[in-house]
Amino acid sequence: MADVALGKENYVPPPAEVEDVELPHAHSWWTRYVFCQDAKVIAIQYSLTAIAIGLVALVLSWLMRLQLGFPGVFSFIDSSQYLQFITMHGMIMVIYLLTALFLGGFGNYLIPLMLGARDMVFPFVNMLSYWIYLLAVLVLAASFFLPEGPTGAGWTLYPPQAILNGTPGQGGGIILMLASLALFIIGFTMGGLNYVVTVLQGRCRGMTLMRMPLTVWGIFTATVLALLAFPALFVGAVMLLLDRLLGTSFFMPTLISMGEQLKYGGGSPILFQHLFWFFGHPEVYIVALPAFGVVSDLIATHARKNIFGYRMMVWAIVIIGALSFVVLAHHMYVSGMNPYFGYFFATTTLIIAVPTAIKVYNWVLTLWRGNIHLTLPMLFSLAFIVTFVNGGLTGLFLGNVSVDVPLSDTMFVVAHFHMVMGVAPIMVIFGAIYHWYPKITGHMLNETLGKIHFWITFLGAYAIFFPMHYVGLMGIPRRYFDVSDMNFVPPSAHDLNAFITVMALIVGVAQIIFLFNLAWSLRYGKEAGGNPWRATTLEWQTPETPPGHGNWGKELPVVYRWAYDYSVPGAKEDFIPQNVPPAAVRAA
Amino acid sequence: MGVALVFVLVAVGSVLFHVFSPWWWTPIASNWGSIDDTIIITFWITGIAFTGVVVFLSYCVFRFRHRKDARAEYEPENKKLEGWLTIGTALGVAAMLAPGLYVWHQFISVPKDATDVEVIGRQWQWSYRLPGKDGKLGKSDVKNISTDNPLGVDPNDSAGQDDIIIESDDLHLPIGKPIKVLLRSIDVLHDFYVPEFRAKMDMIPGIVTYYWLTPTRTGTFDVLCAELCGVGHSQMRGRVVVEEQEKNQAWLEQQPTFAQISARSKTAAATGAPRP
Repeated sequence: MADVALGKENYVPPPAEVEDVELPHAHSWWTRYVFCQDAKVIAIQYSLTAIAIGLVALVLSWLMRLQLGFPGVFSFIDSSQYLQFITMHGMIMVIYLLTALFLGGFGNYLIPLMLGARDMVFPFVNMLSYWIYLLAVLVLAASFFLPEGPTGAGWTLYPPQAILNGTPGQGGGIILMLASLALFIIGFTMGGLNYVVTVLQGRCRGMTLMRMPLTVWGIFTATVLALLAFPALFVGAVMLLLDRLLGTSFFMPTLISMGEQLKYGGGSPILFQHLFWFFGHPEVYIVALPAFGVVSDLIATHARKNIFGYRMMVWAIVIIGALSFVVLAHHMYVSGMNPYFGYFFATTTLIIAVPTAIKVYNWVLTLWRGNIHLTLPMLFSLAFIVTFVNGGLTGLFLGNVSVDVPLSDTMFVVAHFHMVMGVAPIMVIFGAIYHWYPKITGHMLNETLGKIHFWITFLGAYAIFFPMHYVGLMGIPRRYFDVSDMNFVPPSAHDLNAFITVMALIVGVAQIIFLFNLAWSLRYGKEAGGNPWRATTLEWQTPETPPGHGNWGKELPVVYRWAYDYSVPGAKEDFIPQNVPPAAVRAA
Repeated sequence: MGVALVFVLVAVGSVLFHVFSPWWWTPIASNWGSIDDTIIITFWITGIAFTGVVVFLSYCVFRFRHRKDARAEYEPENKKLEGWLTIGTALGVAAMLAPGLYVWHQFISVPKDATDVEVIGRQWQWSYRLPGKDGKLGKSDVKNISTDNPLGVDPNDSAGQDDIIIESDDLHLPIGKPIKVLLRSIDVLHDFYVPEFRAKMDMIPGIVTYYWLTPTRTGTFDVLCAELCGVGHSQMRGRVVVEEQEKNQAWLEQQPTFAQISARSKTAAATGAPRP
């Protein structure tokens, strides 16, 4: 199919439809680095904020693992704090790190550059999006400083317990959490509309939808999902806030809390779960689809081969995105909803495995007869495939309604979703940072440090979460502060828990190597040049590296081919950038 | 070479861990062996898929790693191959889904002769209510709950008078008889979970949920709460004893009925606080 304008020797690109407009250029240090409207700066602001709050969540995971691995040894961790750690760890990692980094970080940096645009279409709103996100992060972080601490309701915030006595952070923590979520969603909507409109309206000449790199397809589809899914969480959060503050009963039935009859009545706790998972399941794909897209481009570039089955890959992304809205209740098989829903949701859930599996086949088939350079981005991509296949397959256990019954609410679930939406996407994030850092800074990251970081992170994370499935298979529930006194658990299980904790500490500490590399290479890294990976996509063809404001100098690029012209027979080089006209290839 | 080897070792190591590690599910004590069987089928299919993909990936890394002057092949797509892979995957998925749905159908079809057993969750303890001689549980409502009537049994419902109330004690169940477990909560979400029974269902204030099972093995088993219910979640433990019919009958006869408990508290009120 090789979508090239070949055979059109005298192809003349159509004239630009819209005139170039002057961008809001920075005139001072403040508008250049702080209140900046350049998507690339906003991307870096998003990324650094997300990584910073993510490090907080990483430390929280250590604390909870210390309790599980060595119960009773760390007396400063009590049951309330344990619940606060798991809640904040989960919410930060899913929303404030992964969502923000993939969409706000990679989306902002890559969409305009990969599509040959000068910037996002609404630069001011884009800037606002970041500042509201930052505010949401600060509101969330503020809850750590409340006298009774942040909420410990679990990241799913299920009522009634989320807003009742008996749950830590019932006073202020839950209020700040819900307020922060609402802010996040407002901020995200501003950014999200920007990404969608830029993809639909801001592409340069010749960049048809079916020539877009899969990275853009992934981020674009994920953003559409997020724009449709986040409102459900928004209303859920607002309604829960009303229940908590004004005494409404959206989610609160008649109940007796701590021996006292409360004034609530008539509400439905399950309604919240439906709203939550209407957001929560697409959220999995909001994180996964950008990862799918990015990893496709990393594999193609570093295996010097076109991505196998590009059209199938695009359709798989779109189909997975659509199906993700009709599988929500597979999180609720044992929630007490009408049991007949189980048939429907198990069927839709297992159907989603088919397009997902096709994506996996196409990644490994891209490697087949490739010319595989084992660079850091390639290593992380391979690690992604392994961890994603592993985590995806355990999803077939939990998605298959009756199999879910014994496994749900156990550590098996924790192991599954960490492998599939924790480890796997983070492998892609690391691969992507090693891949694009040279474009962002003009310097390569240090390869030796990178390899040490890769092996510890990949093998360590696998050693954490693979055995954890078996902790759950034994029947140990999740969210348990105290896992002692279970007669059905052999004593050796506690050794396994200790092992997992030690691995978690090692993998966490290894991230210091990565952070050091980021800082060190900024100054001492090898000069990268404009296109160190010899890649085809437009962001590597900018006149300057790092690209200046407006990206393209005087003239916008024109695209003549798809993003995957690697190792084209007859061409001299093993890559042809998207903006090289067919005549130039023939001449060379 | 080294990289490919490590990836193969990850796959092989995972399989060996699965086969040889001592960590496996606890022996079953209910009729839900069919759930275990479905898990085994799923392990086989997913295990083969995982090993296949990772070994293929490792082979590619080994065989097609960069060499000087090497060039990748140019093959944008292969409709036939993609078609076959789709069909193969769909068959594998169907082979897991079919038993899964079949077992789910059994799981939600309660046999007619099942005895009701009510489990009530509250922060952070378990209580139980069993039908008395009439074989029926009386009506109940959160609004009836008081210190004398901790489970909220309707005092005006005659069917409830002989209900057996068990508070802060073990639940005893007869072996070999199907049981419909009715699940109620009076405060927040809970989940009555006995790992040996394999069954699980959330308890929600305001509605009654259920599952059913037939105990198949005598013994004493841990009861855990499987849905986060606040600070005491991991301490919300109990025990269930599965025993022979006669033993169970004898135990039942020693347990207080709702009528006895209310009478007891009435006399206590009469003697303890005489009218002035």
